[in-house]
Amino acid sequence: MTADAVIIGSGPGGATAAEVLTRAGWSVVIMEKGRNHLLDPDDPTKPAGDYSNDEIKFISRYFLGPDPLIEPRAFRRNADEGEHTHVGEVNSIPTTVGGGGTHADGKVPRFREEDFRLFSTHGPQDGAAVDDWPIDYDELEPFYAEVERAIGVAGRAGANPFAAWRSGPYPMPPGAPMYGAVLSSAAAEKVGLHPYEAPTAANSIAYDGRPACNNCGFCAFFGCPIHAKGDPVALLTRAMATGRAELMAETYVSRIVTEGRKATGVEFIGPDGVTRTMDAKLVIVAGGAIETPRILLLSGLEHPALGRHLMCHFQTIVVGHFPHLRLHPHKGRAVTHVHDDAMVQDERTREAALGAGLPWFRGGLVEHSGGGLPIMEARHSPWGRGHAQAMRDSNLRERMWAFIMQGEDLPYATNTVDLSPSVRDARGFPVARVTYEPGRHELAASKYHGKILQSVLEEMGAQWVIHTSSPGVSYHGVGATPVPESRHVIGTARMGDNPDTSVVDRWGRVHTLDNVVVADSSVFVTSSGYGPTLTLVALAARAAHHLAGTKPG
Amino acid sequence: MPVWLSEQEYATLRAACAQLMPSDQGAPGAEEAGVAEYIDTFLGAFTFDPPRIWAGGPSSGRKGGVAGFATFHHLSRLDELAWRTRLEGSQGRLEREFNGPVVGLQQRYRDGLAALGEDFGEVDGSEQRRRLRADEAFLEILWEHCCEGMYGAPEYGGNRDGIGWAYIAYEGDVQPRGYSDAEVSQP
Repeated sequence: MTADAVIIGSGPGGATAAEVLTRAGWSVVIMEKGRNHLLDPDDPTKPAGDYSNDEIKFISRYFLGPDPLIEPRAFRRNADEGEHTHVGEVNSIPTTVGGGGTHADGKVPRFREEDFRLFSTHGPQDGAAVDDWPIDYDELEPFYAEVERAIGVAGRAGANPFAAWRSGPYPMPPGAPMYGAVLSSAAAEKVGLHPYEAPTAANSIAYDGRPACNNCGFCAFFGCPIHAKGDPVALLTRAMATGRAELMAETYVSRIVTEGRKATGVEFIGPDGVTRTMDAKLVIVAGGAIETPRILLLSGLEHPALGRHLMCHFQTIVVGHFPHLRLHPHKGRAVTHVHDDAMVQDERTREAALGAGLPWFRGGLVEHSGGGLPIMEARHSPWGRGHAQAMRDSNLRERMWAFIMQGEDLPYATNTVDLSPSVRDARGFPVARVTYEPGRHELAASKYHGKILQSVLEEMGAQWVIHTSSPGVSYHGVGATPVPESRHVIGTARMGDNPDTSVVDRWGRVHTLDNVVVADSSVFVTSSGYGPTLTLVALAARAAHHLAGTKPG
Repeated sequence: MPVWLSEQEYATLRAACAQLMPSDQGAPGAEEAGVAEYIDTFLGAFTFDPPRIWAGGPSSGRKGGVAGFATFHHLSRLDELAWRTRLEGSQGRLEREFNGPVVGLQQRYRDGLAALGEDFGEVDGSEQRRRLRADEAFLEILWEHCCEGMYGAPEYGGNRDGIGWAYIAYEGDVQPRGYSDAEVSQP
């Protein structure tokens, strides 16, 4: 079996590379270690029919993977803590056909111009490898536009006063605003913020052969049963429809086989447990910013920057209680409104940063979001007499509203992914060990912006407000886990023109391997405070067009 | 007739679940919802074919569409390894002990229920609560599964006829009907 390219990972990055290359006439093999619950094996334009509104299956029982018994990760905050302090789930993104796109609630904002030139705009920070990207927003804009059309993004151009320029409108209008978000947006405007309809890859109208979202509410952490979410199903389906893509599910790439500066193939273990090798002219790695460096390390790649600068988005979570309201957060697209104000510097922000002993800080995109689902609520409710009434009152779900700020993580060389010295996966390979803790920048930005978010919830009528974070840190006084749970993983194979300080070049090609390209958020130089999906998809499209000699259309 | 637990263990489990989620002034409790049945079915998931781990999709039939939840998914080789290890424990088998021994949920329940005592169903409520609190680790597992059995999809054996959802005015799974835009945006 041969193909023009072997793609490792079927998530947003791998699916995008497959779509662009097959459109250009290339043949590709997509190797995905997880199962296929996304596409009907007989007709990949249709859903497999496996996804459902089922809290047990998706939240309690790892339907999308990875199962931490089979594929655990190791974690420690820093090297002083020893080999690891935790083994199990560590910011896991689904191990399944479709990867992270399957469980995401589909918010796909673009980055802004300054996100690509953080060093030039704001300058250095002690202890952080703040740098400019080797490309800028203008260069990426045509690819943003292409992938927004391809996956189908609902949004309203001009709604966000801070947005970067765009060459055209969104492909479809925003979907129905959630009731809680209507209220929190009004309160945010009253305190001078600028909420807007979140750009969302969930159809507000029938689009590209897929139906409009029917507001079932099972978005975040669930697969969409009707394929109203376009990422990554739209791109994967298009690639499969060319007849030039082969999808190999339950196929675990254990090593990229190299010879000098060339990859000659991949070694993989199929669903039968047998190890085989496939020749490859080109290898595209799209496993995400934890699994991608792991595969490169397992393949023997050595580079001082490989696995370094892991960024996760330090989440500030501000929750308000509204005893007089029922906000029904289970209806709708999980998050319909966001605001960017915490990403924008003003005089007060600069003063706050200086007061914290920092030259500047930036927060992140703020999501207007409701509580979870009943099993989650019940776990946090008291047992015994009063439980049923507490659930009926639903103070922890129906009467709660929250802001989650995806705070920008700066790139620290000490936040890393490497191979665990002792923990193995079920196939016998070393698992990824994550070493991660937020720095002063993240904590100071969280503290400052958390107070602003608290004032919005008070304006909205909250009886009480709490302020916490993920990962938990001592200053919040809440014993939350130190393990990050943002599901945003970024960095670890940063791009750059200098092969001494970056792992891949401006096209995602590994500096030391001529035919290995990284097509996921590993290549980000900085994390911004926006979800990484659309930017990694645009970068994957750009890299694939470069390989094929084609242009975005 | 329990699927996996003994009659004695099942009786203790029912009493423990009823203490955690009592029937209360018209509110359904664990007994009415079949929470113990949910837990016993989970522990004995591999006595069914396919195993009762993941209900099917894309809909249950409760809001239209096919009744797909009732047909459980087949497990892959690795899925089965994971779930047998989680439920049965590693039992000294090399393929389950690549990161060391694992105590399965079946053993945790067997030990936890034994520690509650064979007379657990007969002692008064305050004594039941004292015994439950005596083993916090087991209580945590039991509570998690009680919550799933009360508020999860009925196809897993609990939440009988949606009684847990009905009491809290929660519609449960809603595909393929979903919600209208007005239901999303208005109070």
